[in-house]
Amino acid sequence: MLTCKEFLVELNEYLDETVDVELRRRLEAHVTECPNCFVICDTTKKTIQIYKGMQPQVLPADVEARLLKAVARRAAAHKSQQV
Amino acid sequence: MPATTEAGVFDESELVAKARTGDLEAFNALIKRYERKIYRLAKHITQNDEDAEDVLQETFLKAYEHLKDFQGQSKFYTWIVRIGVNESLMKLRKRRSDRTVPLDEPVDTGEDTVAREIAVWEENPEQRYSREEMGKILDEAVDTLRPAFRTVFVLRDIEELSTEETAEALNISVPAVKSRLLRARLQLREKLTRFFKRKGDDVFAYL
Repeated sequence: MLTCKEFLVELNEYLDETVDVELRRRLEAHVTECPNCFVICDTTKKTIQIYKGMQPQVLPADVEARLLKAVARRAAAHKSQQV
Repeated sequence: MPATTEAGVFDESELVAKARTGDLEAFNALIKRYERKIYRLAKHITQNDEDAEDVLQETFLKAYEHLKDFQGQSKFYTWIVRIGVNESLMKLRKRRSDRTVPLDEPVDTGEDTVAREIAVWEENPEQRYSREEMGKILDEAVDTLRPAFRTVFVLRDIEELSTEETAEALNISVPAVKSRLLRARLQLREKLTRFFKRKGDDVFAYL
């Protein structure tokens, strides 16, 4: 059986499902035998899911206003150069 | 490029093409589409509101200037994220000019992937917290990571770039992305366990 350390080294590939069939089988065997690695694997998976589901916050209105203004100013400068 | 499902919203390549001809309205539509993501990325990397706003502006100004160089082979989002990452890293380096930001530290060997806190989580931990509280917990956890791990995690698991895109954006190798991502994920898992572990499991006899 794989050691816990060997399992952890492959954890990402296992979670991202990029391991080949044989290694996958060995990783699954380890995780059914080892409660610690089962929990680590499960909670790491949840960690990734939670972050992936996080929507970015709306920009503060003044931050957005300054951004649009800066871009408009640059665009105007370009136009005047072209004339 | 697939058309968007929202009625009345232009397909992205169409917006980019219009913006390229100097159509400011089209460019503003692209800004509105990605400003929140770029701002979040900049905040995570620089950890400073003022720097994040500078990065936001610089990113879109650079994008505006260089739109003609954008070939359309990569996605517009990937292209603009790369500009945002570069701007953020420059800010970070400037702020920490007294110390080297360890973005190019040697490839990790996985020696410290040892987990200390192992506990089962609640079924739906996000239900115990409000959206704001949850956002705060998640952001603060990311902010405790070292820059080298933080940037990789933000690009891979928050902005959802591929391993290759992340490697390219940070100018590091694919194995470096992989090993840093593993350590970042494990460290975050550990930090979040303190908030999300099932009540009454403090003496959980796994060890």
